[in-house]
Amino acid sequence: MRTRRAATALVAASALLLAAACGTDDADDALPEDADPTAEPGDFPEGSTMARLAEAGSITVGTKFDQPLFGLVGPDGVPEGFDVEIATLIAGRLGIAPPDIDWVETISSNREPFIESGQVDIVVATYTINDPRKEVVSFAGPYYVAGQSLLTLVDNTEINGPDDLDGARVCTVSGSTPEANLLDNFPEAEVIPLGTYSECLEPLRNGQVDAVSTDNVILAGFAAEDDSFELRGEQFTEEPYGIGLALEDEEFRDWINDVLEEAYADGSWERAWEQTAGTVLATPEPPAVDRY
Amino acid sequence: MGAIADNIGTYWDGALVTVQLTAWSGIIALALGVVCAAMRVSPVGSLRVAAATYVEVLRNTPLTLVFFFVAFVAPQFGLLAPLGFWTAVICLSTYTSAFVAEALRSGVNSVGVGQAEAARAIGLTFGQSLQEVVLPQAVRTVIPPLINVLIALVKNTSVAAGFAVVELVAAGRRVALANPADSLMVLGGVAVGYLVITMSLGALAATVERKVVFTR
Repeated sequence: MRTRRAATALVAASALLLAAACGTDDADDALPEDADPTAEPGDFPEGSTMARLAEAGSITVGTKFDQPLFGLVGPDGVPEGFDVEIATLIAGRLGIAPPDIDWVETISSNREPFIESGQVDIVVATYTINDPRKEVVSFAGPYYVAGQSLLTLVDNTEINGPDDLDGARVCTVSGSTPEANLLDNFPEAEVIPLGTYSECLEPLRNGQVDAVSTDNVILAGFAAEDDSFELRGEQFTEEPYGIGLALEDEEFRDWINDVLEEAYADGSWERAWEQTAGTVLATPEPPAVDRY
Repeated sequence: MGAIADNIGTYWDGALVTVQLTAWSGIIALALGVVCAAMRVSPVGSLRVAAATYVEVLRNTPLTLVFFFVAFVAPQFGLLAPLGFWTAVICLSTYTSAFVAEALRSGVNSVGVGQAEAARAIGLTFGQSLQEVVLPQAVRTVIPPLINVLIALVKNTSVAAGFAVVELVAAGRRVALANPADSLMVLGGVAVGYLVITMSLGALAATVERKVVFTR
């Protein structure tokens, strides 16, 4: 008898606690200054992804966790960089504050499966827009155009550009677009594929590889952190970075494109750049959004 | 299916590298493992301690860390291994040899102590008694666990994909990148590749087991 009474009391107490917890929900979380604090689910067409996300008050974003300047995770688990700022900006327009964004690490090879299975709502992860990918996912943007380049040691005199790659050992990431570009365009180069770009740096210092090749912005991040590295030569590809989302969600894609164009116009894109990648790289002109 | 059929050559090259990695690492690991197991049951204390340390360190270190150490840490101390196939063979064979040694040791322990004593009594040296009496019996007992170790080795070679070796997994990643629409299918193809290798190894093991089986 006594145990049953205790159990009842416990249930009542937890119900009270629960109610109290719910009561604090409407406390005002700090929104970024350029966010739209008035955004409400009702502002968006019924049944749209925007309405669903705004209603839920949270969004799951896939980004890189190991890419300086674009998406680099700190010890607290919150990533920082230009991709992160872009995602935060989009979330802000949905009325979602930064603490309510769930960051999920996406690496080069799992971005499509994560979008297709709905594990993430959007992917902002130095994600190159290309035709085979357009068959599986939709892309908003581009919000930046990078290009593949080379990183060598400062005292390397042999490699001054992509034409000097014959016989050179070039480190890149296994299963990435830069790897495919190297194999297609420089068959004479010896491609050394490792797990991440940061793993290529120690072999570069040691002379186990002659160069590291990937998008210039990634290499610029490494060069900025270490004086013994230098970018060499012209960019030899064009990599428009887009925001990946579910295929055929055109409403959501158009809306993100609108948000990007607004951000170009009102300077928030430029602000995002200057706070992150802009600390190392010059501020470029925002690329034209491609509404394909 | 189209993506797999179109890239069957890439798969084949990758599978070939996986098989080569397994073969080289397997042979070296078996040799190292025999030496190590012999040291562990030897009458010389320092050899026993050395072998025990080797086994404990390697089997308790995650394979990825072994790779990391050889590929990225050892160069800091001037040990420059060329990144690629042979570095992977070094890592895989040393790592696997610890498991081989333990499997063999269990086999040696399963041979009645009277056998070793009898061998010594008729004047065989420690080496001879091990080689002529104990090991032939021990090895037969440990065929099934050794095959287990080798099958694990086949799958462990996939760690090399992150360390400059284009084996089955790395080849699969390349195909998946070129065919994002079929990426799950492509990875399924990689899994089938491993199945083919491990199941043929299993069939081979069954044959060997039947050949060397004996009744006590």
